[in-house]
Amino acid sequence: MARARTPTPAPARSARTDARAGGAGHQAPGRRRRPVRRRRPGRLRRIGLPYLLLLPALLFELLVHLVPMVVGVFISFKSLTQLYLTQWLHTPWAGLGNYRVVVDFNGAIGQALLHSFVVTCAFTAIAVGLSWLLGCAAAILAQDSFRGRGLLRAIFLTPYALPAYTSVITWAFMFQYNNGLINYVLHNELGITSSPTFWLLGDNSFIALVTVSVWRNWPFAFLVVMAGLQSIPREFYEAAAIDGAGVWQKIRLITMPSLRPVNQVLVLVLFLWTFNDFTTPYVLFGNGAPPPADVISIHIYNASFLTWNFGEGSAMSVLLLLFLLVISGGYLLFTSRRRDA
Amino acid sequence: MLRPAGRAAARRGPMAPPRSFIWTRRVVLTALTIFALVPVYVMVSSSLKPLQDVSGTFRWIPSPITFSSYIQMWQTVPLAQYFVNSLIVCTCAAALSVLVATFAAYAVSRYRFRGRRVFTLVVLSTQMFPGILFLLPLFLIFVSIGNVTGFQLLGSRTGLVITYLTFSLPFSIWLLVSYFDSIPRDLDEAAWVDGCGPLRALFRVVIPAAIPGIVTVAIYAFMTAWGEVLFASVMTNDTTRTLAVGLRDYSTQNDVYWNQIMAASIVVSIPVVVGFLLMQRFLVAGLTAGAVK
Repeated sequence: MARARTPTPAPARSARTDARAGGAGHQAPGRRRRPVRRRRPGRLRRIGLPYLLLLPALLFELLVHLVPMVVGVFISFKSLTQLYLTQWLHTPWAGLGNYRVVVDFNGAIGQALLHSFVVTCAFTAIAVGLSWLLGCAAAILAQDSFRGRGLLRAIFLTPYALPAYTSVITWAFMFQYNNGLINYVLHNELGITSSPTFWLLGDNSFIALVTVSVWRNWPFAFLVVMAGLQSIPREFYEAAAIDGAGVWQKIRLITMPSLRPVNQVLVLVLFLWTFNDFTTPYVLFGNGAPPPADVISIHIYNASFLTWNFGEGSAMSVLLLLFLLVISGGYLLFTSRRRDA
Repeated sequence: MLRPAGRAAARRGPMAPPRSFIWTRRVVLTALTIFALVPVYVMVSSSLKPLQDVSGTFRWIPSPITFSSYIQMWQTVPLAQYFVNSLIVCTCAAALSVLVATFAAYAVSRYRFRGRRVFTLVVLSTQMFPGILFLLPLFLIFVSIGNVTGFQLLGSRTGLVITYLTFSLPFSIWLLVSYFDSIPRDLDEAAWVDGCGPLRALFRVVIPAAIPGIVTVAIYAFMTAWGEVLFASVMTNDTTRTLAVGLRDYSTQNDVYWNQIMAASIVVSIPVVVGFLLMQRFLVAGLTAGAVK
């Protein structure tokens, strides 16, 4: 079973160094070493093997993540456009030019980026809040066993199991103006709106985006909170019951405080996923996301691959990275300190 | 496994939850069930409708029912080719990812070496950065590799495989490390005493004992690759297009074949949903353990 287990520290390290002390006395005592192998004492092999095992992973990580990250910073200082695409190493330097254009909030590009950033923040705050709320509520309410609980759990995981683009495309169909389910229910069946609504255009596109994002993410919150609930000792509840606490009091006084460490990580993960989400807006709106739903990932994508201005696109990406680093670091620092206090 | 019995006893006893709780539970869980399932219902019911029915006002019950969209969808769009592309790319990515992750996890789990913490941190932290950050530079790097070596990664399946295998790597390594940690060290040490090298110990002893974890990781890697849109939209061309991008082809200038889109969505979802259901318990435990830990 894939259970949460704290990585075991190397057991009996001292015993191992003792064992080695006889044969390999030239090595610094107490250095961290892998377990001794008596048969082949070749030093290079012994030290090199773990690195050799890591090498493939490291190479792929370097190729796909780390080197591109450095290259991204590099080209954010270059004026790289379509003309130079195949010769990108030899494009002229732009200095801080790209950054100046991108953060010039009086210019068209800077203004659009700022707008996109504000939209993304609002979208993320609302979507993460709702996903967390729904997931938490579902997990806490379904904590006790009752008939159909297993089935319910399977149903709740459906949005998570479906490939993102198939479910988002289904939502796009449901949001259609003429033939969508949402307008049919709201307008034809319930009569809430006096005329059908354009969901994928104009201001309503923001609502559509939030809805789909929450639909996709709340099952994850549900899963994580459910797992977190299982680690709360039953004695807590029993003690509270003896003290005469009701169900709601137990939730407020025991469940929620005990979930705090779980929530700390959960909210951060949800934040990063939602903030960086590309699939949902891209499949929902296609290439041209309407301005009220022009989230940052779509914005950078279009700035780079529609206008082919890679320099400015990279400058935006680097700023985004800095923002995420600051927010995540600050968040962890802030919540951890509060937890300690 | 004391819990179910204990809970049942608690419910029958005087500590049974009050009506307010039971009603809240009913209302909230029912609402969430509807929320979760409506798109699935729309997907299934719309795939059974003829084109004029999905183009007109929505109706809950499909009548007449037709399976024609399940046949036509293969002709409207080269779906079979996209399907094959996705299968090849995702299978290769999953297989390689598992192999690479197994080696790395074995090293992290069984050895104490310099840079061990740094490695785990770096690998895990790549997960938090947005894909858009890597997309542009990776695109350029692939262009350059193509120029220098003549081996075009852009638009090829190989490029996509390399990219996808790293996406699942952090989770895979992390899950396998905790899996390997739970396998007693005495087992490999016994193998060493019997004259196995560490690699043979890995293949003969550790991997067989970790099969559920390895299968979980493989399915996770497959699912991750199967649902990826961003990189597929930039790094594929007409012949290597994967399903994630290919489904958009059903929208033409004149018509959107919604019934065929829904039929294709169902067919496309089947491989991963089946995989998910098979490994649900392990996947759920693995996915959540990280956050709980």
